[in-house]
Amino acid sequence: MYRIVEAQRYNPQVKRLTVEAPRVARRARPGQFVMVRVDERGERIPLTIADSDAASGCVTVIFQEVGCSTAMLGALEAGDTIADVVGPLGVPSHLEGLGRVCVVGGGLGCAIAYPQAKALFGMGAHVDIVAGFRSASLIFLEEEMRAVSHKLTVCTDDGSNGCKGLVTDILKAALEETVYDAVIAIGPLVMMKFVCLTTKPYAVPTIVSMNPIMVDGTGMCGCCRVTVGGEVKFACVDGPDFDGHLVDFDEAMRRNTIYRTQEQRSLQEHICRGEERLHAQ
Amino acid sequence: MLNKSTTKTPMPEQEPALRARNFEEVAFGYTQAQAKREAERCLRCKNKPCVSGCPVGVDIPSFVGSLAEGDTAAAADVIRRANALPAVCGRVCPQETQCEQFCVRGRNGEPVAIGRLERYTADWAMEYGEDESPTDPNGVRVAVVGSGPAGLTCAGALARLGCAVTVFEAFHKPGGVLVYGIPEFRLPKAIVAREIAQLEARGVAIETNCVVGRTVTVDELLTEGYRAVFVGSGAGLPTFMGIPGENLNGVYSANEFLTRVNLMRAFEKGAQTPIQPVRRVAVVGGGNVAMDAARCALRLGAELVSIVYRRGEQEMPARAEEIHHAREEGIAFHLLVNPVSLVGDEQGWVREIVCVEMELSEPDESGRRRPVPKEGSRVTLPVDAVVMAIGSSPNPLIRQTTPDLAANRWGCLVADETTGRTAKRGVYAGGDAVTGAATVILAMGAGQAAARAIYEDVTSGRI
Repeated sequence: MYRIVEAQRYNPQVKRLTVEAPRVARRARPGQFVMVRVDERGERIPLTIADSDAASGCVTVIFQEVGCSTAMLGALEAGDTIADVVGPLGVPSHLEGLGRVCVVGGGLGCAIAYPQAKALFGMGAHVDIVAGFRSASLIFLEEEMRAVSHKLTVCTDDGSNGCKGLVTDILKAALEETVYDAVIAIGPLVMMKFVCLTTKPYAVPTIVSMNPIMVDGTGMCGCCRVTVGGEVKFACVDGPDFDGHLVDFDEAMRRNTIYRTQEQRSLQEHICRGEERLHAQ
Repeated sequence: MLNKSTTKTPMPEQEPALRARNFEEVAFGYTQAQAKREAERCLRCKNKPCVSGCPVGVDIPSFVGSLAEGDTAAAADVIRRANALPAVCGRVCPQETQCEQFCVRGRNGEPVAIGRLERYTADWAMEYGEDESPTDPNGVRVAVVGSGPAGLTCAGALARLGCAVTVFEAFHKPGGVLVYGIPEFRLPKAIVAREIAQLEARGVAIETNCVVGRTVTVDELLTEGYRAVFVGSGAGLPTFMGIPGENLNGVYSANEFLTRVNLMRAFEKGAQTPIQPVRRVAVVGGGNVAMDAARCALRLGAELVSIVYRRGEQEMPARAEEIHHAREEGIAFHLLVNPVSLVGDEQGWVREIVCVEMELSEPDESGRRRPVPKEGSRVTLPVDAVVMAIGSSPNPLIRQTTPDLAANRWGCLVADETTGRTAKRGVYAGGDAVTGAATVILAMGAGQAAARAIYEDVTSGRI
């Protein structure tokens, strides 16, 4: 059992948990992830490591509640326990040699991009961050991102924070002004796809972090396969970072819908069961 | 008294039509009377040809003899001395090509049902036998990577010699292929859990959720105070055919399909791991894994499940009994056909598997006749799921993080077959990680041999 030492809710869908997992914390590097199983009947869900501290033996995950399992995880508070935390999994991000980088985060992707930005900033790189959210009420990690960047632009789809626009608009303007060694884009697949289309004419290497469906996270199930440059890769052991200009995003988007019907049903059942419990109390 | 019957005492099993819709065990096992009757078929040959066919060297005539005398406890003792997982082996060993193949009774009729007798004895021991108490510790710590058949056997044998063994398992549950691969109806998970509990009672520690190669490396284990590391990490990397359409939705590796069903128990109500509801399933391959996947698909409610195999039934690597069980349950066999592409619908879901007909030519290096496509032939099957069960290779994580551990071009670790010794001091390997996908009992034989070598090397000061 893995004990939660800290829990913080950022918005109705996004939560942060810091969990005791000393072996994982000791080795975790930016770009890696853990597989989490909430309880005995739970599924194994991949979550990016948002932060880790070898000294305290803790790892932090930030996740969005989309299905039953993440909703159950979201219901946990400090002092509760998680059945299983396995990791760190995946290849750490290759950040060496990058002097000038633009990090683009979309929604929850900001949490996944944050450790990369933090590591790069710590290594002395020039880091600009473009963070996109749907509206002002959903913004999180703003101060943390500001602290690890030279320039932070937070935009929203509806302009409710005063900066209306898509991350690709901001990025395009930045690419006109600055020559970056790399763009690191993490967010919904469709956002990553359009970031890659935006950077392509500028020939800026663009790294994306894929988050496909996984069962084991160690290269065994093969369901996380992603086509990169015409070759089939397993995101869990070959990634999750890939050259975005080579990723077949349309296939990845299609594969991510495999269990959508089952997910929605299980979430609905979970909500119903929760309501039953409330009525029973 | 010798039982002169030329056939094995039948083992009762669930009716095919009934069992094809549930996950309960197919075969019920012998009663004591049936076991005694079958044991009485044994000639107790002096030269024990059956033992030569057992990779872990169970003294078969001795345990069968005890059963014939009605002394199950004595039989259990004999088995336990050589076999750490008898209830597992009694169910999933390919006995017909091992011990039973050499049985003298098999020359004129069927051999003694050694596997069924082992199963009977092991099940009896689980119910009535006593757990073995731990051996006095000798102060030697050994790490075992992987809790499948190879790792568990190695751990059990070392613990019996007094070593302090820790088994590291990547999944949340120990058992390896016994829990993620082999379905409940062939090997109930409660049986595996009980065998593992017996190893723990003998002093074996199991650390789950630890991926050696990521969470910790082999070198770190050696510096953490483990005198030796046995790598029994199996062959878990799935193989795909590399044909068009393989990434369509609804195309699974056998590993994914079986892991969702067996380990994550997607067939049970209340389990959160999803599985797609399927109507028409094609399973590509002809081994035990293909049979397991096909029979799972049927039990999940599929209407039509087909095995698609490029050779004929004679060449299928699956056990005859598994093929027989699958046929009885209504699995369709499409033999001598090989998939060339998968076709999807507009939403990207697989809808058709396109194959060519094959014919067999001269035998290849595996001894099986090599299949060659018939020019211009074409066979298509409508499907909504395809399971690729065409083999697997060892996971690369350990060799990637242990650069001085040699691997061959298939990714299999290089180790001495009879001792498990690798070229790296203190590191041993065995089972599927060395041989590529094979059988439970061969992996156990390798685990046992490595345990002997480790003990020898430790006591002689070689490591």
